[in-house]
Amino acid sequence: MNEAWIILGATSSMARAFARTVAARGDAVFLAGRDLEDLNATRHDCTAHGARLAEVVTFDARKPEGFAAIIDRLEREDGLINAVVFVGSMPEQSAIDADPGLIDGTVTDSFTGPARLLQMIAPLIEARGGGTVVGVGSVAGDRGRIGNYVYGAAKAGFHTYLSGLRNRLTRSGGHVVTVKPGFVDTAMTWGIEGMFLVAAPQKVAEDILKAVEKKRNVIYTPFFWRYIMLIIRSIPEPIFKKMSI
Amino acid sequence: MRWKKTDYTGWGRALHASAEIARPERLSALKALLADAPAPAIGQLRSYGDAALNTGGRAIDMTRLDRILGFDAETGVVEVEAGAKIGDLGRIFAARGWIPPVMPGTGFATVGGCIANDVHGKNHHVVGSFGQHVTEITLLQGDKPRKLTPDKTKVLFKATVGGLGQTGVIASAKIQLMPCKGDMMVLTERRVDGWEEFLSVLENSRADYNVGWIDATAKGVNLGRGILEEGEITSGVSPTKGKARDVPFNAPHWALSAPVVRMFNEVYFRRVPAGGRTTVKPISAPFFPLDAIHNWNRLYGKRGFHQFQCVVPMDQAPALRQMLDLIANSGLASPLAVLKRMGDGRAGYMSFPMEGYTLAVDFPNRSGARVLIGNLERMTEDAGGRIYFAKDALSGPDRVATMYPEHGDWLKAVAKADPDGAMITDLVRRLNLRNTK
Repeated sequence: MNEAWIILGATSSMARAFARTVAARGDAVFLAGRDLEDLNATRHDCTAHGARLAEVVTFDARKPEGFAAIIDRLEREDGLINAVVFVGSMPEQSAIDADPGLIDGTVTDSFTGPARLLQMIAPLIEARGGGTVVGVGSVAGDRGRIGNYVYGAAKAGFHTYLSGLRNRLTRSGGHVVTVKPGFVDTAMTWGIEGMFLVAAPQKVAEDILKAVEKKRNVIYTPFFWRYIMLIIRSIPEPIFKKMSI
Repeated sequence: MRWKKTDYTGWGRALHASAEIARPERLSALKALLADAPAPAIGQLRSYGDAALNTGGRAIDMTRLDRILGFDAETGVVEVEAGAKIGDLGRIFAARGWIPPVMPGTGFATVGGCIANDVHGKNHHVVGSFGQHVTEITLLQGDKPRKLTPDKTKVLFKATVGGLGQTGVIASAKIQLMPCKGDMMVLTERRVDGWEEFLSVLENSRADYNVGWIDATAKGVNLGRGILEEGEITSGVSPTKGKARDVPFNAPHWALSAPVVRMFNEVYFRRVPAGGRTTVKPISAPFFPLDAIHNWNRLYGKRGFHQFQCVVPMDQAPALRQMLDLIANSGLASPLAVLKRMGDGRAGYMSFPMEGYTLAVDFPNRSGARVLIGNLERMTEDAGGRIYFAKDALSGPDRVATMYPEHGDWLKAVAKADPDGAMITDLVRRLNLRNTK
């Protein structure tokens, strides 16, 4: 059956690598984001890599009034509709400390904005009896840490939302994959001190597609982050609260 | 955009630099960087020496700007961002009947790098250099984009192709692809017993693609023996792709010592039956033989290696033979030594190709090899030939002018394009290409 992907936050390098990977399968891609010039370049790239169809749609996590138009477009598309969420924002924790108002934007970008759109896509998946939602969260959502706990909290909320959505969609043949990347070699991590075992966006994209094909529920990518986070989650709170990692 | 303090090297790993590197992921980010502080662009770091190094300065890593911006299936013109890898273009389009007309020895080279070095391939005698198939370049000078074409902006185009990044940052380019039958190659290999025979088989080869592998350890009557590879593109079914291997760490220095290399070369020579053989392979194998082993440069150990590559005019073949004799008797050569007949195709003032023979040989980075390469450079100069900037790491500032007769034209164009010298790299400084000393 024909498959189409709505890729939210398609200007990120992880999203671009993923778009290319599904384009090479001959799927249709809808590239959603704000920087239309950049999305347009990716659209041509997807076509050249074999996408059956590549289109740009405007998506701003903070402007839900634009969501209906996206749903309209997806409804006109035959076959299975898949959605993958790469959006999120991570202001420096110190910037948030100085301006607590930044919390709202962080939570909207990383959780409630995409969740609102997914909530509108869910009926499409149910009606068609299949389709996959991929939510890219973060290992930062597994435990709140001094360095980025607002971003972490937003992603933790998103993880819980995805878990619930999985519970719902599975009844109608749909599926939800929660992806928790560790450090990925993107503009977000470029030049930051203390990065280690940084994964290439292409590697993450391949891991995600594999997880979709195998209907995995929650994946860490690269895989070893599952064990790193297992250790970090199991540190007793009285000790953890004094650590700075 | 963050700048990352990075220690890095060219492919030969003999020269090092420490610089601040930014890696934009969008055109808008690249423009913002250039508006703020122009810096030279770098790609996959496949130039051997210091073409991509900028000690104590800044550089812009273009590898994330690697998208295909358009393809016209009627004309075969493709527009790509400068960070796209040439091997990827070959892989994507060959199955659809189009191929980049020029592919260098590694598919990892970026399109920007192919332009800035006006690279050549195993079919140079047929199609000329890379720049001859570039129909438009989008060049950023500061954050201002300029469209360059071979006709309308002839001078800046010729200064940019083969121009080592000195005119500005190449953001994207249009390339005229060449129709091809498919993504397989019929490869014929035959033994060649000595120097004179090699020149004559190269001269008489009618294949679209040809290259000679030379056993640079063979002396006396065997001097110049090797294997002639000839290829033609064809259609067919490609078997499943082999997995790339990796050299995970630096090899010890004796890994490519003289006895090991002599033994390897003997085996490599005899691998091809005395009567020759013909096989059919996916195009990536004959185009990019060494790409199947990632990080093969680590085989030379942590001191790295040098590649000497020169081209000399046709009538100077005897000088080339003398060079090979010197190399063979030095006992310093590695298994990688290549001889090719070149046509006269070139697209820029500072392009390497000239009608004649080109010889490329790798040497481990030792003092003996550095002295030998110095001698080879002198012999190249005396023969009216030239050395290749993409490979060079050792030459000094005085040789270039005579080797590159259009250096003056290039210099004038570059002085206008980059008056503040923001694009200067270690290579340009070392060879004093911009007459700044």
